[in-house]
Amino acid sequence: MARNVNFALDYPLMETGLESPVDEDGVHDLFNQLIAEQSQNGKLSEAYELQQLQRDLEEEEEEEDRDRVTYLSGPRQDLRERRRQREADQQDDNATDSLMSERWSSATMKILSSMPSRTIGRSRGAIISQYYNRTMQLRRHRQSRPSIKDLSRSARPSIRGYGMETDSADTDAAEVTKTQYLVNNLQNLSLSDRIRMLRAMPLSVAAKSELRSLALKKVKRPHPGSQIPCCSRLKYYIIIAFRQSWYSWLSFLHSLQLWQVALKRVSGRFGTGVLSYFLFLKTLLFFNVFLFVVTGAFLVLPQAVHPPALSDERRPFSGLELLTGAGYFSDTVMYYGYYSNYTLRQHCTDDGDGQKLSVSNGTSVECVLRHLSYNMPLAYFFTIGFAFFITCIILVYSMSKSFGQSFRIDKSHSILAMKVFCSWDFKVIKKTSVKLMSENICTQLKELLAEVNHKHVMITSCQKLLKVMVYSLAWAICIAGTTACALSIYFFSQYMHQNLQERSQSPLKAQNPLLNEASLLALPMLVSVINLLLPGLFNLAAWMEDYQSPSVCTYVAIGRNLMLKVSILGVLCYHWLGRVAADFNGIMCWESFVGQELYRFLLIDFIFTLLDTLLGELLWRLFSQKVLKRRRKPVFDIARNVLDLIYGQTLAWLGVLFTPLLPAVQILKLLLLFYIKKSSVMMNCQSPRKPYRVSQMTTIFITLLCFPSFIGASVCVTYTMWSITPSSSCGPFRGLKTMFQAGKLWVQELEKDNPKLSILARAHAYLVENPFFLFVGAGIFLIVIYFHSQVVDGQRKIISLLQEQIENEGDDKKFLITRLQSIHEQKRTPARRLTSQDSSC
Amino acid sequence: MGNKQTIFTTQQLDAYQDCTYFTRKEILRLFYRYRDLAPQLVPLDYTSHPDVKLPYELIGSMPELKDNPFRQRIAEVFSEDGEGNMTLDDFLDMFSVLSEMAPRDLKAYYAFKIYDFNNDDFICKSDLEKTLNKLTRNELTEDEVRMVCEKVIDEADLDNDGRLSLEDFQHMIVRAPDFLSTFHIRI
Repeated sequence: MARNVNFALDYPLMETGLESPVDEDGVHDLFNQLIAEQSQNGKLSEAYELQQLQRDLEEEEEEEDRDRVTYLSGPRQDLRERRRQREADQQDDNATDSLMSERWSSATMKILSSMPSRTIGRSRGAIISQYYNRTMQLRRHRQSRPSIKDLSRSARPSIRGYGMETDSADTDAAEVTKTQYLVNNLQNLSLSDRIRMLRAMPLSVAAKSELRSLALKKVKRPHPGSQIPCCSRLKYYIIIAFRQSWYSWLSFLHSLQLWQVALKRVSGRFGTGVLSYFLFLKTLLFFNVFLFVVTGAFLVLPQAVHPPALSDERRPFSGLELLTGAGYFSDTVMYYGYYSNYTLRQHCTDDGDGQKLSVSNGTSVECVLRHLSYNMPLAYFFTIGFAFFITCIILVYSMSKSFGQSFRIDKSHSILAMKVFCSWDFKVIKKTSVKLMSENICTQLKELLAEVNHKHVMITSCQKLLKVMVYSLAWAICIAGTTACALSIYFFSQYMHQNLQERSQSPLKAQNPLLNEASLLALPMLVSVINLLLPGLFNLAAWMEDYQSPSVCTYVAIGRNLMLKVSILGVLCYHWLGRVAADFNGIMCWESFVGQELYRFLLIDFIFTLLDTLLGELLWRLFSQKVLKRRRKPVFDIARNVLDLIYGQTLAWLGVLFTPLLPAVQILKLLLLFYIKKSSVMMNCQSPRKPYRVSQMTTIFITLLCFPSFIGASVCVTYTMWSITPSSSCGPFRGLKTMFQAGKLWVQELEKDNPKLSILARAHAYLVENPFFLFVGAGIFLIVIYFHSQVVDGQRKIISLLQEQIENEGDDKKFLITRLQSIHEQKRTPARRLTSQDSSC
Repeated sequence: MGNKQTIFTTQQLDAYQDCTYFTRKEILRLFYRYRDLAPQLVPLDYTSHPDVKLPYELIGSMPELKDNPFRQRIAEVFSEDGEGNMTLDDFLDMFSVLSEMAPRDLKAYYAFKIYDFNNDDFICKSDLEKTLNKLTRNELTEDEVRMVCEKVIDEADLDNDGRLSLEDFQHMIVRAPDFLSTFHIRI
């Protein structure tokens, strides 16, 4: 006791610095029983760092005999007993604690813990002053002309910010002034900034609304009651009305959120990993809805209102059309061939809102004032271009955002810490899943520990050689399988194509139309079978390789599946754009045929996914549970399923040009797929055992969706538009050399009609027709990306430097404290003799 | 907005909207969730700020928290009295922080509080042990727990004081991109 008083005299700072937590019971800061008891015992000054003190005491007590008398005073002993009882089951960690092993005296510990960096976010006062600084920065940022008073106050943010006023006697008063400053700042912020600040403050709602009402009250004060001038009152009402409508708009948007309950159930049971599959599906759905709205409004609707005169009567509906997309459907708005190549002239369609919309910015509505008309070829051309352009922007944006979120600086550090603090998925609410998750975390921790402990497992060169051989064998198998599949598709499609041509030329054509139509399904079937079976082969290869880390395993699997899908789609694109487009003997339009093919592929892919779900998940579960008597359910393979989705989406993007209604089909497919997959997952699957890095994988999938999938599809579409001759008997571009000529012709016509617009024509000729500008655009894009990556790289370096600095400062601090401690020890020895003499007296 | 609700005044709703990450509709939905826990305790009229507190036993029995090993800590951290008994404000606060919209810093702050079992504003070894035991349901041996604790502190402790302060914790969280998606409870 006497010693404490001594310290208080020596270090006035710590005495006062300790009061704050006890005073601020009311806020979120929770104080454990220890502190409560302590303050009851009238030992306010020791509330801080009690635990450390306690340990410290225990150690000192054991080792320093002379201190025994002073330490064994009543309440403390009592407390220690209680504490020991409470934590009897816990092992004594004193020996391992690095700081404790230095045996700081309690005084040093107190100083250590009242250091500015330690009090951030600790008490209400500290939080308030921290946010005071933030609002200050924000204000300065926004206004860039702070008053002198503000400047003087904010000149030393680090000191103000971290509660150094504690050395003034009354912390209460200090807090009140700080609150006032904060309120002051808050009301000087704009509305949205204020709300953002308020929301982000780690205070309770009650405290926040108090701050808010203070801030609002002061705003109103200058115009009390009825003296508000009319206009400002009006302004006030307008602001209020605006805010109300904004809130209701937000609620409306929120109510639009799709499948909230379903997603919650999935995430409650399977956690973030499986959820990411469904979220990806949702994203794709929105892409397709956008595509559908654009093509529907600008292509399908105008054409449906003005149906072209059809030459022959329509074929009867037989039911097979639903699968093949041919026959009855071939002469509908579904396909390219149905669209007319002339200007729809009767009256301007409703889309003609923007009648004078310039064409240069890519809008498809072209309603020249003099003769209200809708130029179908032009609309077709620009709608597709516009849709692809916007999709590209959205994709690149979401990709970069996702990149920013997931690939933070150095990922190799603090894996274990992250595993401990960030691996628990708070979303999961199902009991068995919770249990499974804790098992998973347990095994992962064990694995990580083992990895950390035996980092350098020596592999003999013989083993290495064996491994390399196994790897190369596995890759050889996979590449051979993929090549074989690609070749088989190549030859089969060639055979089918010749077969079709022969049949169409021979007079026996009408012999069995149904069979002929059904034979069209052979190619999509083959492709889907390959898509279904080859991943099995890849899994076999992966099993052979036996990768150590699960992430490498996933990446390899993704790489192989991607290789397969890209090569299949490459062969198919060659088949459609090279073979079919080149020598279709004018029987019908090849664009519609390709559109039908894509429809078939999409549909058969969907059916095979259903079969896979049924056989691979449902039947397999029944088999393994009933026959093999295993309790385990199959695991939902997120990566493979997402890749399937990407494959389907590529088909949809490829087909938009030939089948403007393909997005609608894809929407239906995705909707059905969501419900089927959801119920299948809930019924048949269990949560994945492997750890799954959600944000990284999501980034990878978005990237894959952008790079091979979307870019590939748009390259194909651009190629078709720019350099393939459209069929001469159907479609909006009949009679033209390329689809692209539609725009050129129109611009020339425009120039003829209206010489003033010749600039537009010239701009069009230069910008669109000249490949130079395309290259320049791409070059600029690449350069921007390059600079961006350079900036990120620089920031990374700075961050590592800063981290080094933090570590150095930690060492400095430690050094200083050691010095302090030693000096203190020297001083204490005479002082203690004195006090012990006093107590003996 | 068809039926005028009389649970809150407009001012109250505005205040809640400004102080949490919820829209009007979500606030009402959360109110009904809160009320469903104890319909006899919670009045349908909150305009006069009634002093109602639901005990921890009720809060902890929500399906969102029931099987969460940290449920008691969550309730304690977000309740004003520190014992898990929650007012409506606390309840809103809790789900606001755990919602999708909350920023990383706010989430990290409360996550830190949750893992700081003894409320000493540091995550020390004993806190880590408790966290680990809760995470793994006491499946790790004492030796393993000790080793994990050492490693974690070794990795995340930037200023070498043998325990994790809020700053250390936030530094670590910045590097964990999955934290934002896992520290999230869907309502």
